[in-house]
Amino acid sequence: MNVYLDQDKCVASGQCVLAAPGIFDQREEDGIAVLLDPAPPAGRARDLHDAEDLCPALAIRVDDAQGTPATGDRPA
Amino acid sequence: MTATPTPLERHEQEIPRFPMPRAAQCPFDPPPALREQQRQAPLTRVRLWDGSTPWLVTRYAEQRALLADPRVSADISRPGYPASAPSSGKNSVGFILMDDPEHARLRRMVTAPFAVRRVETLRPAVQKIVDDQIDTMLAGPRPADLVQRFALPVPSLVICELLGVPYDDHAFFQANSGTIVNREVSEPERTAALAALTRYLDDLLGDKLARPTDDLLSGLAARVTRGELSRPEAARMGVLLLIAGHETTANMIALGTLALLRHPDQLARLREARDPRVIAGAVEELLRYLHITHNGRRRTALEDIEIAGYRIRAGEGLILANDIANRDPRAFPDDPDRLDIRRDARHHVAFGFGVHQCLGQPLARLELQIVYGTLYRRVPTLRLATDLDAIAFKHDASVYGVHELPVTW
Repeated sequence: MNVYLDQDKCVASGQCVLAAPGIFDQREEDGIAVLLDPAPPAGRARDLHDAEDLCPALAIRVDDAQGTPATGDRPA
Repeated sequence: MTATPTPLERHEQEIPRFPMPRAAQCPFDPPPALREQQRQAPLTRVRLWDGSTPWLVTRYAEQRALLADPRVSADISRPGYPASAPSSGKNSVGFILMDDPEHARLRRMVTAPFAVRRVETLRPAVQKIVDDQIDTMLAGPRPADLVQRFALPVPSLVICELLGVPYDDHAFFQANSGTIVNREVSEPERTAALAALTRYLDDLLGDKLARPTDDLLSGLAARVTRGELSRPEAARMGVLLLIAGHETTANMIALGTLALLRHPDQLARLREARDPRVIAGAVEELLRYLHITHNGRRRTALEDIEIAGYRIRAGEGLILANDIANRDPRAFPDDPDRLDIRRDARHHVAFGFGVHQCLGQPLARLELQIVYGTLYRRVPTLRLATDLDAIAFKHDASVYGVHELPVTW
């Protein structure tokens, strides 16, 4: 799985840390989310989709496909 | 002599007024008229105190989409903003009613102390506050008003410790906060209360500038010294955090306790739970079910927006009624009007959605988990000391709850 996080959009709500601990954390200085594992195992799919759904700033995107992300208008 | 209304006039008369009253016997449910609006259409029109007719958004999906849409403004000073009271625009209490990038600049100055892991380090201190307040209540007379003896002191003590505000001043700041969130007080009263709290926070900032300590206000004072924040901005931020830090949680504690006492099966399940995840889940469900911010999130469209087959025009006002969205069967399919602490309710919009979603939610969660996980175990015989009919609900406040909750044990 591939996970994308846009830190510029993040509002430090911490929802991702609650939904998918170990994959997301928050920066000490301002609480902005940090992606610890951009390619987590498929077993974490449920947590990751929860994190994507719960993020109030729409800053997270999860791609279920294995391997490299598809090209095109994907968020950074 | 009465003239026959034209079709346009008839249409105008049919637009319901907002806010709408709750049903007398259903203090935990949103107003029935809101339910009717949700059933009719995803977007409808309502009439406000000033005659304006903003959009009312009652369904979950449309509400989340609009709250997260950068073409939607939270700026209270913008023409078309659906204000809840006359001249409430002059009473902005900081970044919650501003747009990015100014909103983001200010918000990011206070996000660090509310990060999930930072808040978790407060757990032992909050547990001690809760235990001490229960001890004090149990040592006092019965019946007791749970609001004054427990629900208000707990979050006030917590936010005071976090901000660096002396709890001894609680009578002063609780009274002024109560005035500011009361939607029926006169404008001069509200302005005076806000001015008094702002002066108070400004004085405290002065103290922290001279003698910094390890608290959030000292952190803001340091930013003032470094020129990152003006002193009035810092004082306004302190006011916002102080009000938001105790009014909301206090009402969730008292109203949540009343709801659980009225649902003894749910209370028993919560009391017997050994898994902290059950308690955490109960907190989310109570946040969804009670929804204490019942005034609707207010916004203005910056551009034309197409949604659900409707066109919102640039400059039109939006009211996003979170209380009814949390009862939308499309989002909570299994009988959304039932309190069920085993439900997965984490996607509720009680804390809002979009860039303005509640900053203090990790702290609110921590406090409610400790309170709901402690109070009913330590006081297993806790019960109402009055009839439900005799309880006065805060229909007049922008934060819903109970004015008093007489309990005994």
